[in-house]
Amino acid sequence: MWAYVAKRLLLAVPVVAGVAFLVFAMVRIIPGDPARIIAGEAATQDVVEGIRRDLGLDRPLLQQFGTFVGGLARGELGRSIRSKAPVVEELRVRIPNTVQLAAAALIVSIVVGVGAGVVSAIRPYSMLDTGVMLVALAGLSMPVFWSGLMMILIFAVRLGWLPAVGTGSLAHLILPSITLGMATAAIIARMTRSSMLEVLRSDYIRTARAKGARERTVINRHALRNALIPVITVVGLQMGTLLSGAVLTESVFAWPGIGRLLVEGILSRDYPIVQAAVLIVALAFVIVNLIVDVLYAAVDPRIHYG
Amino acid sequence: MQRSIPVSTTAEPVRAPRTRLRMVWGQFRRNRAGLVGLAILAIFLIAGLLAPVLAPADPYEIQLERGLEKPGVSAVLGRDELGRDLLSRIIYGARLSLVIGVIAVAIGVGLGVPIGAASGYFGGVLDLLVQRLIDILLAFPGILLAIVLVAVLGVGLTQVMVAVGIVSIPVYARLVRGQVLALRNQEFVDAARALGATSGRIVWRHVLPNTLAVIIVQSTLQIASAILSAAALGFLGLGAQPPAAEWGSMLSNARQYIRLAPHSVTFPGVAIMLTVLGFNLLGDAIRDALDPRMRI
Repeated sequence: MWAYVAKRLLLAVPVVAGVAFLVFAMVRIIPGDPARIIAGEAATQDVVEGIRRDLGLDRPLLQQFGTFVGGLARGELGRSIRSKAPVVEELRVRIPNTVQLAAAALIVSIVVGVGAGVVSAIRPYSMLDTGVMLVALAGLSMPVFWSGLMMILIFAVRLGWLPAVGTGSLAHLILPSITLGMATAAIIARMTRSSMLEVLRSDYIRTARAKGARERTVINRHALRNALIPVITVVGLQMGTLLSGAVLTESVFAWPGIGRLLVEGILSRDYPIVQAAVLIVALAFVIVNLIVDVLYAAVDPRIHYG
Repeated sequence: MQRSIPVSTTAEPVRAPRTRLRMVWGQFRRNRAGLVGLAILAIFLIAGLLAPVLAPADPYEIQLERGLEKPGVSAVLGRDELGRDLLSRIIYGARLSLVIGVIAVAIGVGLGVPIGAASGYFGGVLDLLVQRLIDILLAFPGILLAIVLVAVLGVGLTQVMVAVGIVSIPVYARLVRGQVLALRNQEFVDAARALGATSGRIVWRHVLPNTLAVIIVQSTLQIASAILSAAALGFLGLGAQPPAAEWGSMLSNARQYIRLAPHSVTFPGVAIMLTVLGFNLLGDAIRDALDPRMRI
């Protein structure tokens, strides 16, 4: 087990290094001269050259990458071109918001998804099952940014129950987290249903029923526990959808997280911000995948990893 | 893989051969969800192809005095903030979205399949390098890589197609590699090798045709996700620019008028949802028809 964890950690190192290099390289080939953007259109060539030297943009690319990695190790990511504030400060403000949104969405998606999947599997091919699966399919095909707008339209504009945009209270979190959690809930529901159906056909379920266990016990204790193993994998795989969905959801609900920071950074060509935001999201994804892999090994004792 | 059947010289009428395609269609026809998907896509395809004929109005004609008009007699789905006919814009948007989806997937298939095939067939250092590169590309969740690529390539429709296409390259590379790994030690490949076929010929004539089914299924689903990503980029202001009749950027403009004109934020999204749903239903049905046990 620990050997497996160590191995997965080691394998993640080149990926993280590659991601860092890719982000670094991409930002350097963005059209437009960052020094000129900082200095403004009216600045003289001397001023632009000065800024270029200050930022180290006149040095060879490899040396710049060295400085970049060194900075990363010390937790320095430069300053935002637009606000002049250290990028780390921006991240410190934004990260908790994104984590809060993603965590709430994850809870929504697991509760709704597993619930719907179990309800469907207990009465397969019934009206209820068909209905639930149709809703799940629609949920899968809905773009997150549009379902967000529909949420605002119905619950904020029409009914006036909840605030449309912004942060500050628990009420502000409800619409964004449901929006973000919906697509993932749909996938989890489909997976839970098919996994449950398979488990319910197995011999040990027949044994449990034969010895007279109540249906509730059969479902909760025997079936669900085993059916949830593949669901965990799906939840893990969906973390990517959740993270990229967060970028869009934040834009719809004016939620001040990393995703919105990234989009704002691109639109205003604030490259230190873009670099840091992309790096953080990609790193988070790698780490989450790592945790999921380890969790999977821990949950399913039948599987041994070499 | 199906060679031509020698034509019979006798007078008897030649029965159409029971081809694999026919068998797959026979399976597919029984799948109601798949047929619904096909019907939805047919509608959008016709709308896209015949946009100039079908659209009731010019999608770019501005009539400021009729801005945000509700659905009614003059405009079935209402008008946007500049008084443009929403139905016409959605019809033209279908054309744009389908083109984006197909081109993006063509880029993904065109580069991803050869990369995956070479990586799987030759193995060794090449495989190792390619797989680590793919690991890195797949470390960017979903649309994030497309966003970063647009940041590099610049904002615009062409850039979006390229970005979304590049994002699907690792998906195909990984998929095809796995298939090729499973196929390369099969007897028919050994036989071809024994007959002296070159590696290129073996991969092209014997291995890749056997991966076609998986590629087709993946492509159907991939078009859906390409359309979704392109619309998302349009919505974020990183994709198609005004006045393009693109569903995502239409939603992006309309959101400011959500109180005054709910119709303008509703219908473009319905169009995206139905198109994506159509491709998802079709992809699932093709997969089931080709091989009920196949899972991607």
